[in-house]
This record gives sequence, C-alpha cells and structure tokens, in this order.
Amino acid sequence: MANIAPTDAGYVPPAEVEDTELHDPQSFITKYIWSQDHKVIAIQYSMTALAVGMVALVLSWLMRLQLGFPETFSFIDEADYYQFITMHGMIMVIYLLTALFLGGFGNYLIPLMVGARDMVFPYLNMLSFWVYLLAVLVLMASFFVPGGPTGAGWTLYPPQAILSGTPGQEYGIVLMLASLVIFIVAFTMGGLNYVTTALQGRTRGMTLMRLPLTVWGIVTASILGLLAFPALFVGGVMMLLDKVLGTSFFMPTIVELGEQLEYGGGSPLLFQHLFWFFGHPEVYIVALPAFGIVSDLLATHARKSIFGYRMMVWAILAIGGLSFVVWAHHMFVSGMNPYFGFFFATTTLIIAVPTAIKVYNWVLTLWQADIHLTLPMLFSIGFIVTFVNGGITGLFLGNVVVDVPLSDTMFVVAHFHMVMGVAPILVIFGAIYHWYPLMTGRMLNEGMGQFHFWVTFLGAYLIYFPMHYLGFIGVPRRYYELGDTTFIPESAETLNAFITVAALVVGFAQLVFLYNMIHSFMKGRKSSQNPWSSASLEWQTPQKPPVHGNWGPSLPIVYRWAYDYSVPGAGRDYVPQNLPPDQVGDTDDPQPIGGGPVPAGQAAGVMEANK
Amino acid sequence: MAQSASSNTGAGLTLEEGWQGAVSDWSSDQRAFKKVPWGKALMWIFLLSDTFVFSCFLIGYMTVRNSTTVAWPNPSEVFALHVGGVEVPLLLIAIMTFILISSSGTMAMAVNFGYRQNRKVTFYLMFATALLGLSFVGMQAFEWTKLIVEEGVRPWGNPFGAAQFGSTFFMITGFHGLHVSGGVIYLFYIAFKVLRGDCDRKGNYEIVEIAGLYWHFVDLVWVFIFAFFYLW
Repeated sequence: MANIAPTDAGYVPPAEVEDTELHDPQSFITKYIWSQDHKVIAIQYSMTALAVGMVALVLSWLMRLQLGFPETFSFIDEADYYQFITMHGMIMVIYLLTALFLGGFGNYLIPLMVGARDMVFPYLNMLSFWVYLLAVLVLMASFFVPGGPTGAGWTLYPPQAILSGTPGQEYGIVLMLASLVIFIVAFTMGGLNYVTTALQGRTRGMTLMRLPLTVWGIVTASILGLLAFPALFVGGVMMLLDKVLGTSFFMPTIVELGEQLEYGGGSPLLFQHLFWFFGHPEVYIVALPAFGIVSDLLATHARKSIFGYRMMVWAILAIGGLSFVVWAHHMFVSGMNPYFGFFFATTTLIIAVPTAIKVYNWVLTLWQADIHLTLPMLFSIGFIVTFVNGGITGLFLGNVVVDVPLSDTMFVVAHFHMVMGVAPILVIFGAIYHWYPLMTGRMLNEGMGQFHFWVTFLGAYLIYFPMHYLGFIGVPRRYYELGDTTFIPESAETLNAFITVAALVVGFAQLVFLYNMIHSFMKGRKSSQNPWSSASLEWQTPQKPPVHGNWGPSLPIVYRWAYDYSVPGAGRDYVPQNLPPDQVGDTDDPQPIGGGPVPAGQAAGVMEANK
Repeated sequence: MAQSASSNTGAGLTLEEGWQGAVSDWSSDQRAFKKVPWGKALMWIFLLSDTFVFSCFLIGYMTVRNSTTVAWPNPSEVFALHVGGVEVPLLLIAIMTFILISSSGTMAMAVNFGYRQNRKVTFYLMFATALLGLSFVGMQAFEWTKLIVEEGVRPWGNPFGAAQFGSTFFMITGFHGLHVSGGVIYLFYIAFKVLRGDCDRKGNYEIVEIAGLYWHFVDLVWVFIFAFFYLW
C-alpha cells in the first residue's frame, strides 16, 4: 500500500487541459430529457434498461411456468415458448446487462471517479442514449408484428433463424437484427466516450494506477465492446441481407418442406464464428464491470485497501485480452478441426488463472478486515460465492471431452446463468444499494433490502443448483416439454416444478426491490454526505447529489489512490483521494470541496500548457 | 464542450523520448497520450473499432468465397471497360483507386497547410479532397449501374458464377462507399469551418487533422478491398 500512496504525494503536476465549458441546461427539456449531463444520461440509460429487464423477467416466469407445469397453461404454445427464450436471453445480455453496466454505471461513475466535469463529448453521449432507446423500441415492436418476435434462440443461428418453422421468421427476426445493429451504433458512441474520458479526461493527480477498479473494469469492458461488437454488426448485416435480399452468406443449399430454396453455397459456420467472436467477449463485457465494482464495494465496506491492486488491474487486462481467443469453445459440437478444439480449450482454461487471482484477492481483502455486513457487502460476498460456483462449472464446459456430452443440456443453462446472470446482477444490486444515496440523496430501505438479498441469493441457488443435476441426467435445454422419454426419470419433472416455484419467489423479490427504489426515492431516510465513508472521488463532490459540472468552481486534485482505509496515523479511518497531505492527520470530517486553490506557480504552468 | 479542450495540443509540454517516455506518459496523470487532444483520441479509437468491422466483412467474404461450390467469376473480365474496341481489364477501378489515393495526397497537404495556419490553402486543398472523393462515389455509382443494368449482377445472383460474388461485392463496396460519402460530407463541413475562420479563432487546425485521419483510413481500407476483391 505504501508504495501506491506515495509519501511525496504533495507534488501535483500543473493542468494540461483547460477547464471545460459545459452545455448549460436552460429549460426542463434540456435538463431532464435532451440532457447532455452524464448523470442524467446514466439515469435515463438505467431506467430504460431496468424497464426492458422487467419484460425479460416476466418472460422468464412464463418459460418457467411452462417447464414446471407442462400442459397446464393453454396460452403458452411451442412457438411462444421459443419466443420467450429468445427475447429473454437477448434482452438480459445486451439490453439490460450491457446497457446498465456501461451506459448506466459507466456514464454515472467514470466522470465522477476520474474527476472530470462530464464525458469528453457530451453531445455524442446524449445521442448514444437516444439511439439505444430506438434500439429498444425496435426490439419491443417485434412483439406486435404479425408472427411475433423471433424464436431462433438468442444465438440466432442460421439457417433455422430465417426459415419457416422458426416463429417470428416473417418480421421478428428482421426487427431483432435491425435492433442489434442500432444498438451497436449507440454503444459505439457511448463506448468511445467512456474510453476517451478515462484515458484523456482525468483530473490533476489522477494517474491510471490511482483509478478505482470500477473505472478499470468498465473501461476495459468498453474497449472489448468496441472491438467485439463489430463482429456482431457484420453478422447482423449479412443475415439481414440473407433474409431480405435473398443473398446466401450463411445459407447452404437447403430444402424446405420438400422444396429446394434459392439459397446455396453459404456457410452457417461463418455466422457462428462471427457471433461468438462477439459473444465471448460479451461475457466479459458484463463480467469486468462487475469485477471492478465489487472490488470497490468490498474495500469500502470492509474498511481495508483492496488486496493486490496492481495485480487486479493486470488481471482485468489479461482477461480482456484472452477473451478474444476463446470464442470457439462455444462451438465444440458444431464441427471443427479437432486441433481447434484443443487450442480453444487450452486458452479457455488459461482464463481461469487471472480470474482465480481476482477471487483470491477479493477473499484476501476480506481477510482480517473490519467487515460491515451492509447490503452492498452482502451482495458482494454473494457475488464471490456465486462467481466461484459458476466459474468452476466453466472448467467442465471448457474441456472438449466433458463439454460434448453436457452441451445443449440444462447444465449449460445453469452454468451461464450462475456466472454471467446471477453473479453480475448481484453486483448490480450491491452497486445500486451503494450508490443510490449518491444519486438521490436518500438511503434505500434496509429491511426491504435484507429481504431482497436473502430471497434473491438463496433463491438463485434453489433455482440453479438443481438445474446442474438436470443437465447431468441429460435434460436438454430449449425443449418446450420433456414428454415421454425413457432416459429422463419422473423426478426430473418434480424438480422442474420446484425450480419454477423458486423462480417465481425470486421474481417477486425483485418487485420488492423496485418498490424499494420508488418508495425510498420519495420517503427514504436522508443520507449523510458520505454515508459509507468512502475514500474514492465520486463521494467528494461539493453537492449531493452532484450537480451539473460536478465539481463547483475548480476541479479536484488527487493525491492518492482510492483505497486508503484504516491507514495508521491518519485522523479518520478513510483518507479521501483529494485530501491534501497536510490534512491527513485531521480528525474532523473533511470538507467535501472540489479542488483546493491552485498555487501561484502552478497556475502559471496552467497558462503555459494551454498556449 | 468539444471546442474548449481542443486547443490543448500540449505545445508547452516537455516530454521524454522513446520507451521511457511512453512509460512516463502512461503512468502520469490527466492524459495517457500527452499531446493528443480529445477529438483526435476519440477518432483513433473509433478507427480501431471500424478496422474490426471491415476485417470482419473481408474475412466473411473470403470464407464464402471458399464455401461456395460454384466457380468464382474472374474479376478482371467482369470489371473490364469496353474502350476503343478493346476490353481493358480493371480500367475503371484503376482510375477510381488512383483518384482516391490522390485525394489522400491533397488531404495530407491540407493538414500540412493547417499546421502552418494557412486558412485559404487549407480550405482549397480540403475542398479538392472532397471533390475527388465525390468523383470516386460518382464512378462507383456508374460501376454499380453498369453491373446491375447491363451485366445483370444482383445481390442474390449473377450470370458469371457464384452468387456470393454479387452479394459480397455490393455489401462491401457499398459499406465502403457509405464511408466515403459520409467522409465527403464531413470534409465539406470541415472545409467550410476552416473558410469561416473557426480554426484561426481557436488558434489551431486540429479538426483538419482529425478529418484527415478518417479520410486516410477510408483510403487504406480501399487498398485492401481493391487487393482482395479485384486482384484476387
């Protein structure tokens, strides 16, 4: 720790970039609707993502009702079921998790954590949200077109995705692909902003190695997005052309209902490669922000510096890099050269090394720490446990010989829900409980929060542990109902019914959480200036919640990293990043001012640098 | 807003050279790329992302060219022009390529005169670049029309061989053409801003350089499309 919060922290280089002039909102519309303020955009992103996430939640209930009690609900037929699966998967992965982590938390936290007044290009940032909203509306429109949304599965594999027999092949698939292409445009505008802001828009004293891990996680995920979404974009454009213009990029010579189609000569495997070249980094686009955020939550609520900060940063970057060379482990049963399987299994298992480093560091951060079992801490511990569970089943599926029998069973469903569903969502909940006071000035209700945590955490295990077992005995995924099969025992049906009940209960707990957010927004307990005594910069703004421009008249100056908790000799048990070194010994609460006055010599440096 | 920081080209900074300099830049505060203004950094990152888009398009093209069982048409015959009673292979495309490469030259000169704060010449050179780009798009429209109307090439099939020939051709050159068209509008807009004196008021011409980055990228992509599509 000592070498990261250096003792000569008194010297801070002069400003290289002149202070930014912001687009000042004039009216209600420019303040809350067409807003260029990163905080308003973040909340717009989050609200939209949560709203569309509710749709996906309801779809999962409908799916579970069908699986748990087959032949009971006449309003769910086979086509509906496939449409529920597809839309649930796509919404959760792209429109909820990606948008909420990057568009929501990224937008809110990056400028505050790096000490900037806003994103580097606020107009582009605003555009990013509105284009994202358009993508969501196009996707939702597919529920209302003839034939309904596509039922191709979230992987949208051709040829089945665009041929008859797959529900929604008339308009649903076209809207899905169009929505994805629009989403990628929106994400690119946002992602460019996030990366540039973190690289080029930091305040004085904020070096890369003083950034909170939240920023590292979100920015690395944005880079992954900028490099991985192009593959989905190209795959989406090609499939749109196959569907609309009748080209044959992905379509082999094929017979439909006894009739040979016009298609011929395309490669369905090409789509799988393009899709998974996006799809695997996408797992880490969702996971890396969660890794970063959970590190900050653990350190703050355990009153201890994060263990192995540098290792954590390098692990994030290593995971990001490796995530581009593992994609074909999703295709072990698609038909590849066996040597490819060998290569991709090896790279996949290597990813376990940096992720294990991270898990050890989280646990070591908690070791002998002053653990406060606040809600963010509970969710963070829940995340560690869940992530280890999901990660270990990943080692099973990363091996070709083990994957082949398990592939396309409920084991896979259980694995990815644990590792990239439940685990990141637990972090999202923890993060909302942690930063809600910053965003609204009020605390979330503790009682409802405890109920929400325990039901969600335990309920998730009641849902997904049995599902692993179903996979082992061979229950296939994406089946509308099991019917009469000799190899699946009666008890599997009982287990399915049990899982459904658990899923409904967990779903109900999410409604309590939503109610808590609305209730606390109006009636919640007023939070103090820095309710968690957090050292990182986002809590040091002059106003709570931060106002437009974030920092008042002058930008903050950063003297140390974000993890100075329980420092021996310091006046309090945390030292804010922007507290000048000569005030570290003070025992009264630090004044939450933006930046100190600029010394005369440095002010001259500012002028010079700006010439 | 965007304008406010764009004067910060780091002219007053003294920086270390070489690897040591790179290390100290990256471990410093405020900016990882010391003399790079925000707009330029954003453009570079965007171009990196766009590289992946075009790479995926070209890899997709190579894959379907190998997966199709029908013979691939001979591009030098398909793209021949009938001039003076003889078929000249790849004539139009050679002219188009020449024009686009030349436009990179005028663009580079525009950036140079921008550095010298020469408003008029910068404007003329950017305008010339945009006109060359426009003529490229015009010739591409001519090429498309000829292929569609006279030769009967369609995205879903053509008389010469594999259907994927037309599919990939229209998709990739179309996507590149959209980039060029967007670039032409962008160049005209920046040229207009230069002429209006925006850069003189701000004291630097970095928007010219940023537009130049984009334009050179579009050119570079064309070189790959030309090589992989017309010469292979």
